[in-house]
Amino acid sequence: MIKSVISRIFSMTLVLWVIVTVTFLLMHAIPGGPFTAEKALPEAVLKNIEARYRLNDPLPKQYADYWANLLKGDLGPSFKYESRTVNEIIAEGFPVSAELGLVAVSISVLIGIPAGMAGALYHNRWPDHLVMLFATFGISVPSFILATVLIYIFALWLRILPAAMWGSPEYVILPALALAGMPTAFIARLTRSSMLEVLSQDYIRTAKAKGLAPIKILWRHALKNALLPVVTYLGPMIAAIFTGSFVIESIFAIPGLGRHFVTSIYNRDYTVILGITIFYSTILVIMNFLVDLAYLWIDPRIKMDGEGRN
Amino acid sequence: MDFTRLKPSETKQHLYLRPHVGFRQDAWLRLKKNRAAMAGLTIILIISLLALFGPMFSPYSYSDQTLAKANQPPSASNWFGTDNLGRDLATRVCYGARISLSIGIVASLINLGIGVLYGGIAGYFGGRIDSVMMRIVDVLYGIPLLLYVILLMVVLKPGLLNVFIALGLVYWLRMARIVRAQVLGLKELEYVLAARVLGATPWRLIFGHLLPNSLGPIIVTLTLSIPEAIFIEAFLSFIGLGVSAPMASWGVLASEGVVTLRSYPFQLLWPAVAISLTMLGFNFLGDGLRDALDPRMRR
Repeated sequence: MIKSVISRIFSMTLVLWVIVTVTFLLMHAIPGGPFTAEKALPEAVLKNIEARYRLNDPLPKQYADYWANLLKGDLGPSFKYESRTVNEIIAEGFPVSAELGLVAVSISVLIGIPAGMAGALYHNRWPDHLVMLFATFGISVPSFILATVLIYIFALWLRILPAAMWGSPEYVILPALALAGMPTAFIARLTRSSMLEVLSQDYIRTAKAKGLAPIKILWRHALKNALLPVVTYLGPMIAAIFTGSFVIESIFAIPGLGRHFVTSIYNRDYTVILGITIFYSTILVIMNFLVDLAYLWIDPRIKMDGEGRN
Repeated sequence: MDFTRLKPSETKQHLYLRPHVGFRQDAWLRLKKNRAAMAGLTIILIISLLALFGPMFSPYSYSDQTLAKANQPPSASNWFGTDNLGRDLATRVCYGARISLSIGIVASLINLGIGVLYGGIAGYFGGRIDSVMMRIVDVLYGIPLLLYVILLMVVLKPGLLNVFIALGLVYWLRMARIVRAQVLGLKELEYVLAARVLGATPWRLIFGHLLPNSLGPIIVTLTLSIPEAIFIEAFLSFIGLGVSAPMASWGVLASEGVVTLRSYPFQLLWPAVAISLTMLGFNFLGDGLRDALDPRMRR
């Protein structure tokens, strides 16, 4: 157990190093400096700016400096907005994104798991067909389309929920639903298929044979094993919801980190792109690590060698 | 008691023995019985036909602007209406099908190539080569891939070819894992040993024996990765990083439609329906193929 935790920590560190390096190199692989697009700048001004952001240093030195700052938790200044640092942008946007993401994750889990269980319990009967129909639709409709459909129905047509912006709780509902759509469908499918597999196993038959009530079999014996694949999906799901929120936050004009990211792409604000990517990736990698730990804790049969995950 | 010998035609044997059918035929028979999968296949065929021939029968081209006819609702001359520059939406949606489908297929084929080669080599040689190669895959797996597709598109600049490159470079991991697991299991079987005894080279073993026998899971993964690629392209185009104007993938059409959602919702409707139907078709087909090609499902 301790050995596998240590080996996970080691590989997590490796992943983070790869992420920072790849992102850093990608951002510096963009042809021309970040300021060359603005033709109006005179030579001397350009030199000054480049000196300020230390773009004249050789690449290895920039890389070392970036790491040195990163380890202190400093992601550097924004290229576009003179007075703002990447840290400030993240501190401002992340709580909003986290709130939205948390609501979306809760929706997916609270709807997806019961729906999948219902599908497995009524296998090949109408509840199953209904769940599978919705779930297949769910994984087929991209979040940005679901978002606009929701806006059209609830905000423009029925006029019961706000179409955009951020503030009181009712502003969370539509974007969270749009974000949760695909993960909910995925969790429902996953729960259904793993539940079907568990229900066909011998120990469930034994439980039935000794006369346990169906609800007790389900709750005490089947559910825990059936949910293991769902736990493994939590890591990728959190990633999907976070990255999905780039578009959702833009559509709903929510001042979260995702919208800052998309704006920084439009603005070609490289330090912000770099900083937010590293920040997001770090969070996701840590999430994955926690999910792995949870998995190890729930299912003692699994050895943590990376084989169990898919 | 006397026993009389029955003629083969008089026995009931045919009731208990299933007729001899090959694996492919068997899979096809099971796929045909799966209504959702056949519906998916039909949707895909119709959309492919529209993508191929639709633009030929249209009097408009995808980039013809007729500003006098901007934002027309659907009518006899413009079946799907027109967009804010007066371009015919039916033509643009058909044309978008070409781009979106080709992105789905080409990106998946690139993944297939890299993934099969990588997974096949790792699985066949095993041992240290395998553990190093799979450790690399594990590390890459921990990275949120969509972020890196976005970054690659920022670096490469938007465009059709670059979408191929970005998607192809990033999304081969799952294919590599599946192929490797298959090959790892298959290579222990007797027929592989027999082939090796007869002097087959590793190359021939991998491509002549191991990969053809892993075809089922490979096809399923391929089918399910096509809608994923289409979705990611739509996502990229939506935030302005996909194919560039005046080309029209479905993602571009959708993001243009969102701008005019309040006044002309039909402009978003068509690309939205097209994307969702295509993803639905591929998902149905992929699920059906998985059931049909999984030998454990064989009765």
